[in-house]
Amino acid sequence: MEGTAVRGRLTWQTATVGAVTDETSSVRTLSLVLPGWAGHRAGQHLDIRLTGDDGYQAERSYSIASAPGEPVAITVERLDDGEVSPYLTEDVQIGDEFEVRGPIGGYFVWDGDASDSVPLLLAAGGSGVVPLRAMLRHRSRIGSSVPVRLLYSVRSQAEVIYRSELSSPADGVEVIYTLTRKQPPGWTGYARRVDQKMMAEVAWPVASGPLAYVCGPTNFVEAVASDLVALGYPPQRVKTERFGATGTP
Amino acid sequence: MRLLEDNVLDGNAIGGMLIEVFGAEMTTAVGTCGVCGTRGQVAEMAVYQPRLGTVVRCRVCDNVLMVFVAMHGVTCVDLRGLDSLV
Repeated sequence: MEGTAVRGRLTWQTATVGAVTDETSSVRTLSLVLPGWAGHRAGQHLDIRLTGDDGYQAERSYSIASAPGEPVAITVERLDDGEVSPYLTEDVQIGDEFEVRGPIGGYFVWDGDASDSVPLLLAAGGSGVVPLRAMLRHRSRIGSSVPVRLLYSVRSQAEVIYRSELSSPADGVEVIYTLTRKQPPGWTGYARRVDQKMMAEVAWPVASGPLAYVCGPTNFVEAVASDLVALGYPPQRVKTERFGATGTP
Repeated sequence: MRLLEDNVLDGNAIGGMLIEVFGAEMTTAVGTCGVCGTRGQVAEMAVYQPRLGTVVRCRVCDNVLMVFVAMHGVTCVDLRGLDSLV
């Protein structure tokens, strides 16, 4: 076993809630004031630590919803049996403080530099859209023109996170929904779980050298990733991030 | 064997803990399974988090690569399932 270089340790810092935005009935975006933030890359996440009056601590990991250079934001989905998400989605007030450490992760990131100048396929299951939204915002901020397709699998239109933002995507960005449980009257889009036929229709041709980012619940990620590999995507061009039943990325 | 299939995470989920343990960003480190020889980035490994700690398994052969258990602020680390981690 070879060792690894020891760099600076990641330390907990105090975050103050600066703004709160309701995305859906159970999903909320919190904009955080973090004076000591070192900056982040699109797709990274952060850990949050809450400490109760009795000293009990709970830690959770959340994807960063904002682009590099924007105020750090997280988007949290309420899980009814959760310890942390009910506080973050219901009780939290502007000015509240909790501990944060980050940014974390170097794998599920998109920098948009020259080596990334290939068509992007983003596939989101439910709240898996959060880090992909950071990538979309980053693409706009750096003036990138790489073509992007976002396939967003969600149960119903009411559960679409960032709905207004995604309804007017930037030039070169296409958003394709599949509404797996409930569709509005007259819906002509996909209305089923992601399958290989859908991926074959949505995914960029392998010959264009695309890069894919897939984020969502474990079973969604496994299905999409294996469909893409079956279509000929090299496994190393399919980056994955799995959410557990606990909602952690 | 995998009773908690839906709860399988990946190495992205433990990036913060790994920085705490190793002092460096580790999700892009490449580990080699000591049983089947599969090489992969930590971000791609299968991560299970039962209440007691964290278990990281090889996605190909299910071998236990790494185990982390924290008690009284000290994290015990077992890397016996890895041939290398660089």
